Amino acid sequence: MAAGGGPARAGAGPPPRARPPPPRGPITLIGDEQAAPYQRPPLTKAYLAGETDLAGLVLRQDSYYDDHGIKLVRDERVIGVDRQARVAVLGCARTVGYDHLVFATGARPRPLPIPGAEHVLNLRTVADADAIRQRLDGQIGLDVVVIGGGFIGLEFAAVVRKLRHEVTVVEAQPQVMQRAVSAETAQHLVGRHRSEGVQILTGTGVAAVREGLVELTDGTVLVADLVVAGIGVIPNTEVAQRAGLTVDNGIVVDAHLGTADPRVYAVGDCARFASTHAGGLIRLESVQNATDQGTTVAAAIMGSAEPYTALPWFWSDQYDVKLQTAGLTNGHDRTVTVGDPSEGRFSVFCFKNDRLIGIEAYNRPIDFLMGRRILEGGNSLTPEIVAQPGFDLRASQQKAA
Amino acid sequence: MPKITYVAHDGVETVVDVAQDDTVMRGAVLNGIKGIVAQCGGGASCGTCHVYIDPENTKPLSQMHQVEDELLYFTACERKENSRLSCQIPVTEEQDGLVVHMPEKQL
Ligand SMILES: Cc1cc2nc3c(=O)[nH]c(=O)nc-3n(C[C@H](O)[C@H](O)[C@H](O)COP(=O)(O)OP(=O)(O)OC[C@H]3O[C@@H](n4cnc5c(N)ncnc54)[C@H](O)[C@@H]3O)c2cc1C
Ligand code: FES
Repeated sequence: MAAGGGPARAGAGPPPRARPPPPRGPITLIGDEQAAPYQRPPLTKAYLAGETDLAGLVLRQDSYYDDHGIKLVRDERVIGVDRQARVAVLGCARTVGYDHLVFATGARPRPLPIPGAEHVLNLRTVADADAIRQRLDGQIGLDVVVIGGGFIGLEFAAVVRKLRHEVTVVEAQPQVMQRAVSAETAQHLVGRHRSEGVQILTGTGVAAVREGLVELTDGTVLVADLVVAGIGVIPNTEVAQRAGLTVDNGIVVDAHLGTADPRVYAVGDCARFASTHAGGLIRLESVQNATDQGTTVAAAIMGSAEPYTALPWFWSDQYDVKLQTAGLTNGHDRTVTVGDPSEGRFSVFCFKNDRLIGIEAYNRPIDFLMGRRILEGGNSLTPEIVAQPGFDLRASQQKAA
Repeated sequence: MPKITYVAHDGVETVVDVAQDDTVMRGAVLNGIKGIVAQCGGGASCGTCHVYIDPENTKPLSQMHQVEDELLYFTACERKENSRLSCQIPVTEEQDGLVVHMPEKQL
């Protein structure tokens, strides 16, 4: 069975340790949301803009679960796991036995540690998005303040701006999307937002929120009809922790996504795993990671010994900008920009110790896809090669082939 | 609801009702049709929802944007003249009866 109804799919069973036999029993997927498993990315994109409804978000049609022997339990929380008895305990006190257990519990918005946080909305679930839509519905020109300039805050800002509201983004760090992208890419995104009329304030925190007002740490007071926070998430690990599993900013798993209990796995936003790409324990929050880890664990349960090695990748849509990243660009010590930033089409190649670790493609999908292949295949691109005038990734690879 | 026919690489045909304004990709994924992976869920970011439009097709299709055009150079199976990313083809009554062929692999 799997707890958590996000994209990290059901599955589970282990690798080089004593391995329980592949399961023949049913799969039970338990989630505490009302909706059947759905995609979150459109929540800050098409769904928020009103271009699609819940039916357009669900990952599978209801009949799919029946047809594939998957029992879907919605609107129920798993409150405990007894690993000795091999049962999960639901909030309604019912228990579900398991041979293999997968934690796919995701993450939840980090609470805002300031006075007045109760006036602030979050955006993680379809229910959150509905609450925001309701506040914006049928109106234009509202003052909207976004706390946090991460990708969720910026995507949200872009959509709300398109809905013709006045938007201010407040970011405490000196750079937006600091965790996710290079300074070059961040700078261009900020430029784009400003040209659309979004105000972006960096290096300023929020001190307090009051009815209709947001007070910044530098003393500025912003008028706000709606305040939405996107300041990051914390992984849902409490049930795993109570069950005696190792938790340290995520449920800690090995390269096969298994915990110390050979019957228990963790995948997706809630899992902290040994990454070959990062060279240590990391936790990722992306569709790629959730779905690829789900696949790895499903295979492991069925007897595969393949470790999880998939290359991380990510995308973000803001206005007509498609930002796609391949690899992990965090920790780079040198960047080379290819293409023409002034035309809004460029890629930032990120190097660490002269090794390519990731590519940020800003409206250059070819670089993204080629970059994925290069990074997956053990790459030999150096900053010097990329910095040559007229460098073209596709041409360089055709030559190399 | 418009009906779309998905022809697998081995010739097996599946006919599916696709809700108005869903995409050809979603019609396949919602019903668990193997042959379309759609890693990015329709974000025009992954190129794993590649299909070949039936050569006899007469239904009007959405125009191809630059991102789709570029991604199609990197699909796992060869790009042909009738290649499309199925997540970029919205379905309305006008596409009722559309037939798409799925490539041998998407990854
Ligand atoms: C607004 C938004 C936009 C995003 N955009 C992008 C994007 O453009 N590209 C990208 O790659 N990624 C994006 N992401 C990130 C991506 O959606 C997540 O990484 C992904 O959803 C993680 O999947 P998951 O299955 O690990 O967790 P989740 O999707 O969080 O699912 C976990 C589920 O488990 C439930 N749960 C938790 N605890 C329990 C319990 N004890 N019992 C029962 N159920 C429980 C939760 O309520 C939730 O429904 C976005 C996320 C958000 C919120
Ligand atoms: S689903 Fe990813 S490009 Fe179509």
